[in-house]
Amino acid sequence: MANIPVEALSGNRAQPYPGAPDNWKRFFSFSTDHKVIGIQYIVTSFVFFLVGGLFAMIIRGELITPEANLVDRTLYNAMFTMHGSVMLFLWSFPVLVGLANYLVPLMIGARDMAFPRLNAAAFWMVPVVGILMMSSFFVPGGPSQSGWWAYPPVSLQNPTGTLINGQVLWLLAVAISGVSSIMGAVNFVSTIFKLRAPGMTFFKMPVFVWTVLAAQIIQLFGLPALTAGAVMLLLDITTGTSFFRPESGGNPVLYQHFFWFYSHPAVYVLALPVFGVFSEILPVYARKPLFGYRVVAVSSLIITGLSAIVWVHHMYASGTPGWMRMLFMFTTMSISVPTGIKIFAWTATIFGGKLRLDTPMLFALAGVVNFVFAGITGIMLGSVPVDIHVNNTYFVVGHFHYVVYGTIVFGIYAAIYHWFPKMTGRMYYEGLGKVHFWLTWIGTTLNFLPMHPVGLMGMPRRVASYDPEFAFWNVLASLGGFLLGLSTLPFILNMVSSWIQGEQASHNPWRAIGLEWLIASPPPVENFEQLPIVVSEPYGYGKDEPLVSNLAELSESPE
Amino acid sequence: MTSESAIANQVESKIVEEHNEEANSKFGFWVFLLSESVIFLSFFAGYIVYKTTSTDWLPAGVEGLDTHDPAINTVVLISSSFVIYVAERFLHDKKLWGFRFFLLATMLMGSYFLYGQAVEWQGLEFGLTSGLYGATFYLLTGFHGLHVMTGVLLQTIMFLRSFIPGNYDKSSFGIIATSLFWHFVDVIWIILYGLIYVWQ
Ligand code: HEM
Repeated sequence: MANIPVEALSGNRAQPYPGAPDNWKRFFSFSTDHKVIGIQYIVTSFVFFLVGGLFAMIIRGELITPEANLVDRTLYNAMFTMHGSVMLFLWSFPVLVGLANYLVPLMIGARDMAFPRLNAAAFWMVPVVGILMMSSFFVPGGPSQSGWWAYPPVSLQNPTGTLINGQVLWLLAVAISGVSSIMGAVNFVSTIFKLRAPGMTFFKMPVFVWTVLAAQIIQLFGLPALTAGAVMLLLDITTGTSFFRPESGGNPVLYQHFFWFYSHPAVYVLALPVFGVFSEILPVYARKPLFGYRVVAVSSLIITGLSAIVWVHHMYASGTPGWMRMLFMFTTMSISVPTGIKIFAWTATIFGGKLRLDTPMLFALAGVVNFVFAGITGIMLGSVPVDIHVNNTYFVVGHFHYVVYGTIVFGIYAAIYHWFPKMTGRMYYEGLGKVHFWLTWIGTTLNFLPMHPVGLMGMPRRVASYDPEFAFWNVLASLGGFLLGLSTLPFILNMVSSWIQGEQASHNPWRAIGLEWLIASPPPVENFEQLPIVVSEPYGYGKDEPLVSNLAELSESPE
Repeated sequence: MTSESAIANQVESKIVEEHNEEANSKFGFWVFLLSESVIFLSFFAGYIVYKTTSTDWLPAGVEGLDTHDPAINTVVLISSSFVIYVAERFLHDKKLWGFRFFLLATMLMGSYFLYGQAVEWQGLEFGLTSGLYGATFYLLTGFHGLHVMTGVLLQTIMFLRSFIPGNYDKSSFGIIATSLFWHFVDVIWIILYGLIYVWQ
């Protein structure tokens, strides 16, 4: 627990005490305040988003012409490996953990996470992961080139013969990131089970909290499997065991099972909180209650359950026996039921609402649209005949970028804009936000849509050069990619300038319903003066019923 | 808000927190153990796949494992779970010396297990790189051994902490977690013993 001096609570805001919400120095300290840690996560991972984006620019620069002429082929391999790994392990996971860190305690009416020190320790592992991953550029042989899956036997090759090579550093980084995620997951699950405010029953929790719970449960059962696979792979590389070495009796497909047993559910670790973000944002800007709140909430846990039994759909082409393909095709299809429920609920929520198209709403709506598209290609890929045909082509790359960019990054942007006034106490510039949105939207479409036709035509992924017949679509995609690179500039400008000198935000600029909107922006250390007593379900838009029974006691200066 | 009521509020919330903290930590530790068990489950699954599908399982010249000494080891480890439980009861009744005695006994039994493991490793005629058989054997026993070591280390810390006056007055979460961890290590060993030594 953050031990703050008692005077500090009634202290003068103009005199920043250590840990005050407006003292910037606390972001560079081992703070245990969940709000500080949340922002630390978000900003750190955004830096890595730019790094991963830089790699993407190099990839797209290479692919704008059919010949391999911009970078060396080995460097190209390193680029897509590092791009994928950085984007997942250093951007998507940590930024969503950051959002959840900031929001979950506020949303359930807690003063902090259950284990604040564990929380801080988990965060400070992220920079370590980043440094390890980046340092692989400086070892002989350069970074890992085996893709973000690190499938053996490719990942077992060690051309330079050194012990500290790119693959080993990659494995260490992933292992540490796993430890950090497990610590985070233990913390989130305990917080959500144990620290809910009086009256905050499970069916009064905002959907975002439900989705975070569902996602963190996946971390708990999935990550250890990846860890097991990673340990065995590391032993194979460093000590010469033969777990995955086919030439000495090992079984490389077993690694694929370990890997996907975690890494397929892992996409739900990313997607679920974003579903939560959509479920929070759409009602606010449509001024209507979330349609089918309870069903939407529970469907998150159903997704968690189903996500554990679909992993083999990544391995249809790995010599998987026919009965297994059929089985996993069936389970894969069934996961579209709970996701479909959510999409229908969101559509019903905005249907007939008075939509206010501010930047967060634009991003959320576009995110839902992109997700529907990704869902359709997902069903195609889930069926064995189609997948065998397009396996390892750009169709797959297009599909999952519609998820990771079109849905997840859009949802993250929506969340950052929506909660920016709460986190900083200032408003962002709406105009710049709109510019950012349109650049992102056009860039995404231009970049990732052409990957589908070119994939159907048969362009394989992970290649630096390709047949000239694919050139047209690749030029389009590259232009879109550069547009996406450009789109981060208005965003950064907006965030930095409005945090420094934006207009002061009131405690609830969106007239949103939720515990976090009842207290000051930014919330004080330990959030609530007195714990809220929750009396109604969330999303009471247009219902005129109070959310808590002790509104006046929640903060020093209500309203 | 006046500073008196601020203080009152603070004090009150601290009391509530302290009351809850032990329960929260216990919950969190359970969650962690469940997650940790999945690593072992994955290794077990891998072992079963290898053993059932591998064409040449035993390395040349290896007959199998001797089960006699490991059985003694098993008995020692499993009984130590009861011993640490007795230690916990003594602490519960605030009888510190009884607690220390039984905790020390647990530590000794755990160390004996590690010693027995080391002796067994010494005498084996296959190594880590002797095919899948050697690799899985050392992986499973080694990973479990690391957990035993961690357990003994935790017990040592708890033992030393019992000499700090008043250390266990507020909360005995430390010892609860240590003993939970020890039971966990035990259960894992029982499965492991079944898989490696019994099912040959
Ligand atoms: C500016 C935005 C982006 C562009 C232009 C881009 C472009 C690409 C391209 C062209 C590939 C395929 C490389 C190849 O197979 O040769 C790729 C792979 C990949 N991308 Fe992106 N991407 C972007 C954003 C993202 C984001 C936000 C994520 C994740 C959150 C992501 C995750 C991945 C992953 C996991 C791979 C697979 C890497 C592998 O094959 O091992 N990308 N990206």
